Amino acid sequence: MEVQQFHYDNKVVKNFLYATMFWGVVGMSVGLLLAFMFLFPNITDGIPWLSFGRLRPLHTNAVIFAFVGNAIFAGVYYSTQRLLKARMFNDVLSKINFWGWQAIIVGAAITLPLGYSTSKEYAELEWPFDIAIAVIWVVFGWNLIGTILKRRQRHLYVAIWFYIATFVTVAVLHIFNSLALPVSFGGMKSYSVYAGVQDALVQWWYGHNAVAFFLTTPFLGLMYYFVPKAANRPVYSYRLSIVHFWSLIFIYIWAGPHHLLYTALPSWAQNLGVAFSIMLLMPSWGGMINGLLTLRGAWDKVRTDPVLKFMVVAITGYGMATFEGPMLSLKSVNAMAHFTDWIIAHVHVGALAWNGFLTFGMIYYLVPKLFKTKLYSLALANLHFWIGTLGIIFYALPMYVAGFQQWAMWKQFNPDGTLVYGNFLETVTAIMPLYWMRAIGGTLYITGMLILVVNVIITIVKGNKVTDELAEAATLQRVSKRRAAGEGWHSWLERKPVKLTLLATVAILIGGIVQIIPTLLVKSNIPTIASVKPYTPLELEGRDLYIREGCVGCHSQMVRPFRNEVERYGEYSKAGEFVYDHPFLWGSKRTGPDLHRIGGKYSDNWHLNHMYDPQSTSSGSIMPSYKWLVRDALDKSQTEAKMKVMVTLGVPYTEEDITNAQQHMDAQGTKIEKNLYTDPDFAENYEADKDAEGDAFIEMRNREIVAVIAYLQRLGTDIKVKEQDVSTSKN
Amino acid sequence: MESIAGIEIYPLISLSIFFTFFVLLFWWVITAKKDYINEVSNIPLDNQNPSEL
Repeated sequence: MEVQQFHYDNKVVKNFLYATMFWGVVGMSVGLLLAFMFLFPNITDGIPWLSFGRLRPLHTNAVIFAFVGNAIFAGVYYSTQRLLKARMFNDVLSKINFWGWQAIIVGAAITLPLGYSTSKEYAELEWPFDIAIAVIWVVFGWNLIGTILKRRQRHLYVAIWFYIATFVTVAVLHIFNSLALPVSFGGMKSYSVYAGVQDALVQWWYGHNAVAFFLTTPFLGLMYYFVPKAANRPVYSYRLSIVHFWSLIFIYIWAGPHHLLYTALPSWAQNLGVAFSIMLLMPSWGGMINGLLTLRGAWDKVRTDPVLKFMVVAITGYGMATFEGPMLSLKSVNAMAHFTDWIIAHVHVGALAWNGFLTFGMIYYLVPKLFKTKLYSLALANLHFWIGTLGIIFYALPMYVAGFQQWAMWKQFNPDGTLVYGNFLETVTAIMPLYWMRAIGGTLYITGMLILVVNVIITIVKGNKVTDELAEAATLQRVSKRRAAGEGWHSWLERKPVKLTLLATVAILIGGIVQIIPTLLVKSNIPTIASVKPYTPLELEGRDLYIREGCVGCHSQMVRPFRNEVERYGEYSKAGEFVYDHPFLWGSKRTGPDLHRIGGKYSDNWHLNHMYDPQSTSSGSIMPSYKWLVRDALDKSQTEAKMKVMVTLGVPYTEEDITNAQQHMDAQGTKIEKNLYTDPDFAENYEADKDAEGDAFIEMRNREIVAVIAYLQRLGTDIKVKEQDVSTSKN
Repeated sequence: MESIAGIEIYPLISLSIFFTFFVLLFWWVITAKKDYINEVSNIPLDNQNPSEL
């Protein structure tokens, strides 16, 4: 048997580790800024690119794709080479993977604050980035599969299967959820090819499985490699890991609709999602138990080794989040938790404990290995552990309490049938102390992260500058017929990477196909409503501003069929109302009230004053000011092009509508301008501004705010029950 | 597709495919040889030994 010598590529692993730490600090800092914006809403007053709505997607994307994403690549590139006894397939591909990914992150960090957003959660980046992500992801997969094919270890260890499933599924999810038509190839703006209910289903099939196949499966692969390494003993049960893998990837993909319970999604799809979410508890806990029991007989090491400490809390956090997930999918529990801060607590247990702590454990394990030295300070690592753990508790517990309090206050009725807290604002000011505690928790956690960075930098400075590691292994021999004779079919599969990949792909496709295709194709799922008409050109522009500013981050547009929501907001939302919504804007969090029935509720003046200075119309509001909307001119140059794209997507605008778009916008804008004049204060200030600014003055009908008002006043009015009808029915 | 009539066959086919798959999987997992399981679960730990698999 020929023994070959080769080098492991450690350079790329180190680069990914540096990127993990750098983006971790950036992503968490943005998160902390957002947490403080709940307390001081006008901290970044008047700076559009530092407003809450635009920074929220930056925080989620930075933490998920930059911090966790780079950690995944670091761990996968390290463990894959060692598990397969081979250098990565191609150094150029490794470099493209690294630099391409960083370029996309930098691009995201620039364009999201500038307001280029699709508004679809965790998929906010616009179409040029979607294409770039797909290309870099394929490069990663190519490199991974190439390495598998030139391996010197016949058997593919379970971690590798998780990496393969990650690659395949993320590719499928990303491509199908990002399908969109650009308004022009020179610009960034695009519209989702799906509308309303269908867009919601595809989005949460993606959103849920981004959690599954970006935040979970690669980390389970890392767990199956790094926990045995750190504990220096094999995984508790390899048999369990096989069952864990297949059942997890098969079941996870079906669970997406649990994000849409009690919405306008057809109930068969909701119930399917619930059933699979409950089942998901079993593979998730199977994996957690397998991870924790790997430490059997090694628990004494957990007392002294920070790597194991971090990993134990990570796996425990995984167990808590994956118990909570199925519980939150029960419709009655979901009715309480959805739209509240409970969900914020839930995702942060997953992100801070499972992803964060496993990453930290991995960094503390890898850095001394890669630099052939010892960690600079165990005491600092232990300090990080305790401060981080406290941070998680201080973050999560107040958010749980806040969630319960919101739910209880939203649905509290007086004996006469009116809401006790009829003003939504009361339910916000009541939980301010909890937002304070959350900000403290976040501060603790990020302090821990900074301690890690200091500890790692000193370790690296003191360490050895060896880039590549020499290793040797025998080449693979042909499998003789005699050896394959008594082999089981799964051990056969475990040495057949291509067939394993295909089978895993089939397993993840079935769930998506069964849920999505009927919703897209079967017309009876979305009953059409004759009175629902496409948006006017000005409303369409207003909607795009709503998307640009990230209003969906704090405001839902989905009134659920509950007594308290119908009482508070109006008629519950119907599937047929959203057929022209490319993309859907149902939202997932109510920091502010639902807006689906906001149309006609307040005067145009109220909206203008509210956007300019929210605290003037709503004392104690934590909405930031949107002064620039009131000041800036509306860009109407793309309106016709936008309408043409909408026609391609099935929105019935006529040729005439498109030709007359500018006139129509002017007329609707003038009407709103006239309405605004009914407020003497407005008339006085506006006329004064006009005189002062001279030629540079922008007429109110041409400003952004007018489009936003047009859109808000339109919302939910297509089927609004008219007062007149109510009085007739009473007679 | 205008209606959902006749759609029952799809979930039934999916169910039977996956039921069969998981039955076979469990059967293989339970009957797998202990030596083999020990060997593969040690892959992350022994980096230097050339594998026999």
